[in-house]
Amino acid sequence: MSILLIVEHNNKELRPFTLNAITAASQIDGDVHALLIGNNCSDVAKVLSEIPLVKKVIQVEATHYENFLPENFAPLIVKVSENYSHVISSANTFGKNLMPRIAALMDTSQVSDIIKVVSPDTFIRPIYAGNAFATVKSTDAKKCVTIRPTSFEPCETSGGSAPIEKMDSVKEFTLSKFIKREEVKSDRPELGTARIVISGGRGMQNGDNFKLITDIADKLNAAIGASRAAVDAGYISNEHQVGQTGKVVVPDLYIAVGISGAIQHLAGMKESKIIVAINKDGEAPIFSVADYGLEADLFEALPQFLEELNKLNTIQK
Amino acid sequence: MKTTHPLLSSLLLFFIGCTNAQWNKKIKESGKATEVIAVTVGEEKAQETVRKALAVGADRGIHVKAEGIIEPIAVSKILQKIVDKEKPDLVFMGKQAIDDDCNQTGQMLSALLNWPQATFASKIDIKDNKLEIIREIDEGLETIEVNVPAVVTCDLRLNEPRYASLPNIMKAKKKPIDQMTAADLGVDATPRVQQIKVEEPPKRKAGIKVSSVAELVQKLKNEAKVI
Repeated sequence: MSILLIVEHNNKELRPFTLNAITAASQIDGDVHALLIGNNCSDVAKVLSEIPLVKKVIQVEATHYENFLPENFAPLIVKVSENYSHVISSANTFGKNLMPRIAALMDTSQVSDIIKVVSPDTFIRPIYAGNAFATVKSTDAKKCVTIRPTSFEPCETSGGSAPIEKMDSVKEFTLSKFIKREEVKSDRPELGTARIVISGGRGMQNGDNFKLITDIADKLNAAIGASRAAVDAGYISNEHQVGQTGKVVVPDLYIAVGISGAIQHLAGMKESKIIVAINKDGEAPIFSVADYGLEADLFEALPQFLEELNKLNTIQK
Repeated sequence: MKTTHPLLSSLLLFFIGCTNAQWNKKIKESGKATEVIAVTVGEEKAQETVRKALAVGADRGIHVKAEGIIEPIAVSKILQKIVDKEKPDLVFMGKQAIDDDCNQTGQMLSALLNWPQATFASKIDIKDNKLEIIREIDEGLETIEVNVPAVVTCDLRLNEPRYASLPNIMKAKKKPIDQMTAADLGVDATPRVQQIKVEEPPKRKAGIKVSSVAELVQKLKNEAKVI
């Protein structure tokens, strides 16, 4: 039994959740092989070969793999998967887009977004927006599994020396074409891996008011999140959305500002270590999951919060 | 713009939320689709969902009756059979179900059909026999171009769901809904993932209310030690 781990990267660097996926894969079986598909991605192959949990790197390069279209990736992965018992990737937009296409071609019923490996065929996954944990057992001969990155620690990145094996590409799927990717560049930590996240909701009232949140995020070196309501209203862009249909975050500190706490939002943040809620409605459901609740008008509380932080001699980074 | 367009002879709609129906109605009203078919797979009362789609603009419905858990792999095989029969140019679906959050069916259907897939779409432009789609991804936005026929799964920002008016609800009652079973379509829908148990997640212990911002910052610094 060997595990085929699909690597998420940008042809130059590994995307961070690949490290969490490797940890999950290694809990199923120790023989983890990393499949790196891309174009001019040898730097990434080298990084992978140094990960102790990776036993082999399989590198496949072609121009049509440059932009990770699942229509191009899936047939190749199905071909490579012949010698493997499991195909694993992260349950982020990369893995969510790709894995079902692989599973359908393999005629396998995929297990999505697992938070725990019980045994090689049995996993725990959240259902009903995280209000229940289901233990599920796959009866398919080959298993396609996506893992929730925040439920597994990132693996060690140095000390390994896995061999790199090159393989041939398969033919291009010509009916889909990548045009462009607009990545929002930011000096802030990534939302998915940040130690502190501060999120705003409908209570922010408009996009300009997010400045109040940005100022605190700068001070705390925090990532900025948002509720669906704030994204739908156009206060902030989609990649900030935390929740059932957005990102799942598990920071040490999550500060929810002007967010009522619908279950769809809680699904994305309630595993955070410490939760702070600032809301003027004392009955808001967000207070039921908050370690520290402050019933206050955010337009008064946020400037005061910044002022209090400025008074501190030291702030953890 | 011409009022009819040979490109989109019919549309197939897998109706999970109201969002898709809105867009389908718009595309039909713009003259680019000649027919919108609403399809769902599920128990008897799932027919109400199809009826709702008919009330917001779909022309006819298909209800594939199925009891118990129907996995995405089975749903995608059922939809593949319906696509083979109806030959639509576009299939619209939601991106994930509200209960099991699988986020699989659209991608699986496009794989089985060997069609392009455009998941998590927040904007769609029709250009001749191609669609330019903006997708919501973790890093921001991605633009792709796909030939039709294609499968599109919708993200939250694609549109605002419309409400059905009373006259349209009445009209929808007269529109036809075809009923069939997975077995009629020759699909084995037996689940392959067994649900062994369902548990409640561990509860968070009750927190406290603080009376001021100063107290909050002190607690975060000295008690929780997170800042």
